[in-house]
Amino acid sequence: MSNALVVQLNLLLAALILLTSFALLMQRRMFAIIHIFAWQGFFLGVSTAIIGYASGVHHLYLSALLTLVMKMMLLPYILYKLILKLKIHRQIECMVNVPTTMMIGIALVIFSYHLTEPIRQLSVLMTRTTLAVALATVMLGLLMMVTRSHAVSQIIGFLAMENGLFFAATSATFGMPMVVELGVALDLLIAAFIFGIFFFHINTTFDSLDVDQMAKLKETD
Amino acid sequence: MTLTLLLWISVLVAAALAFIGDWRYAPEVNIAGSALTFAVSLALALQVYQTGAFLAGGNFFFVDPFNVYLVVLTTFVSTTTAIFSRRYMRVERAHGRVGPMRMRFYHAMFQLFIFAMLMALLTNNLGVLWISMELATLATVLLVSLYRTPTAIEAAWKYFILCGVGIAQALFGTVLLYFAAERVLGEGGNALLWTNLNQVSGQLEPTVLRLAFVFLMVGYGTKVGLVPMHNWLPDAHSEGPTPISAVLSGLLLNVALYALVRCKALVDGSTGTHLAGNMMIGFGLLSLLVASFSMLRQKDIKRLFAYSSIEHMGIATFAFGLGGPIATFGGMLHMLVHSLTKSAVFFSVGHASQMHGTQEMSRIRGLIRGNPAVGWGLLLGVMALAGMPPFGLFASEFLILTATIKQMPLLTPLLLIGLAVAFAGLFRRVQPMAAGRIPPWQKPLSAANLPVALHLLLVLLLGVYLPGFLASWFQAAVGLLK
Repeated sequence: MSNALVVQLNLLLAALILLTSFALLMQRRMFAIIHIFAWQGFFLGVSTAIIGYASGVHHLYLSALLTLVMKMMLLPYILYKLILKLKIHRQIECMVNVPTTMMIGIALVIFSYHLTEPIRQLSVLMTRTTLAVALATVMLGLLMMVTRSHAVSQIIGFLAMENGLFFAATSATFGMPMVVELGVALDLLIAAFIFGIFFFHINTTFDSLDVDQMAKLKETD
Repeated sequence: MTLTLLLWISVLVAAALAFIGDWRYAPEVNIAGSALTFAVSLALALQVYQTGAFLAGGNFFFVDPFNVYLVVLTTFVSTTTAIFSRRYMRVERAHGRVGPMRMRFYHAMFQLFIFAMLMALLTNNLGVLWISMELATLATVLLVSLYRTPTAIEAAWKYFILCGVGIAQALFGTVLLYFAAERVLGEGGNALLWTNLNQVSGQLEPTVLRLAFVFLMVGYGTKVGLVPMHNWLPDAHSEGPTPISAVLSGLLLNVALYALVRCKALVDGSTGTHLAGNMMIGFGLLSLLVASFSMLRQKDIKRLFAYSSIEHMGIATFAFGLGGPIATFGGMLHMLVHSLTKSAVFFSVGHASQMHGTQEMSRIRGLIRGNPAVGWGLLLGVMALAGMPPFGLFASEFLILTATIKQMPLLTPLLLIGLAVAFAGLFRRVQPMAAGRIPPWQKPLSAANLPVALHLLLVLLLGVYLPGFLASWFQAAVGLLK
């Protein structure tokens, strides 16, 4: 593959990742959210592998494999099973102000481009332009966690943030050192275990996974 | 050698406690494990005392005066907390709030939490530091929801989500730091080692480091409990079991601040300006003021002291932001004495709320008459916390105040207002709880008095006399952080 082709492919994948971030932001069906998340993991894994091939940094192949296994298969599978077990797959989350959320999302993307401008100028890597998309994915995940009230959507937002961070590491520096990447993956697995337990606790205690019901702990006068 | 032993003990004890389950002597195993870690950490401290800072495990670990005193503090407080937890959890079990499975989980996670904190303190790799901070959060999330009440689950969920978001920002900051480091140090794990970065910090690109510090500040600041990222802290402290509140307040917040200070040293070296310091001053002062005013309207006793933790972490952050030898020295002393005092206060608070079956302050009365040890423990602990003279917090706050008057005199009134309001907020509530008649709903309780007495004695000692080795360590650390 020529260098120009790699840059083009990588940009395409970055665009697809950004697209899935926006799709996550407005999707309200449980299964559809998980499907989109799995696609995001797929694009991320492929992009990592391509960067690994083009740059000759071979430990990126391992990261790509790890991403595909964890984020495309394992995490979506766990979530899928949890949703079936909790019998919430027919639930449709109600959301307010989708257009406003979208507008904020677009503003966040522009903000990300602005914020990473000095870094993109400093970097000599062929992946430097995608750093802004990576930061935007983090921000959009954050936005999703803020605007959604369903526990599953909040967790997907959290995982999408993690995807964005991973993407940032590959585009800014061709990946973090392996020990760090493995550690982060381990933390993510433990987190998956914990939110699985949480879904059950919240569901049995509050009879639904709507987090808005949890509003007892407030400052009272 | 001592280092590997130190880390392995808590992992092995955690595994053993998970394996043996709810054995009769599980609390004793927990105490023994923590005490063993404490003994080994003393050996490590002795090593640093004799030979000075050193690298170990292929540069993976770094021990210097700054982190070794926090390591000793962490293992010491976890030992006393384990002693306190034995009595406390026995009562909770008798009340049917936890079952055998959850006790097993509680003990194993307690040790894992200690491991995560020790790892965060000792590692030289900033990426591993981040991983350990996240692990410490994950280990305590399910401990906060141990009682499975609706409020406990709400608090734990909030803790999980907010700290998850916060710490993700810190990872982005770490990525940026690695980006800047890679250009100087080349690719690979070496570029994230703090000692290497510190050597070349003058060559790191200032624009990138400035941006990185904003993310690191927000990320680790969330874990320190700085305003406005502090929302999780009062909830997690008030709903979790009291031993966990004690270690969260006394230890985890310190470790997060430690991470922030390490990063600040790098950013200062690179930018050559006071930007990082100014940000820490701003966040610290805001935390002090907001928390001290929030203390005035608390009804729940554990929430009151949770806000007091935010206040004191604000003071320490402010001190490190101020920089300079006196303020940094004061900040380090403040971390030490606050951690000892706050965990002692939480021990007394735990017993007091068990005696009254509630955490509501209006229903806790007549502590000194009901149980003199608990009553006096709480009263003296609060006096120390409010910065009364013979205790160590007076010394540290005095140092910080002196440095403020010298370096930034305009901020002195704000600092004084915060301290005064916090003082009033604490005494207004605690005085009626300690004094007065015994209410009819109070039940007698055999309390664990040793931990409280030990902590308060140490705080008193540190207030009147600072041992030579500690002073020289602090001075060495001050030189390191300049």
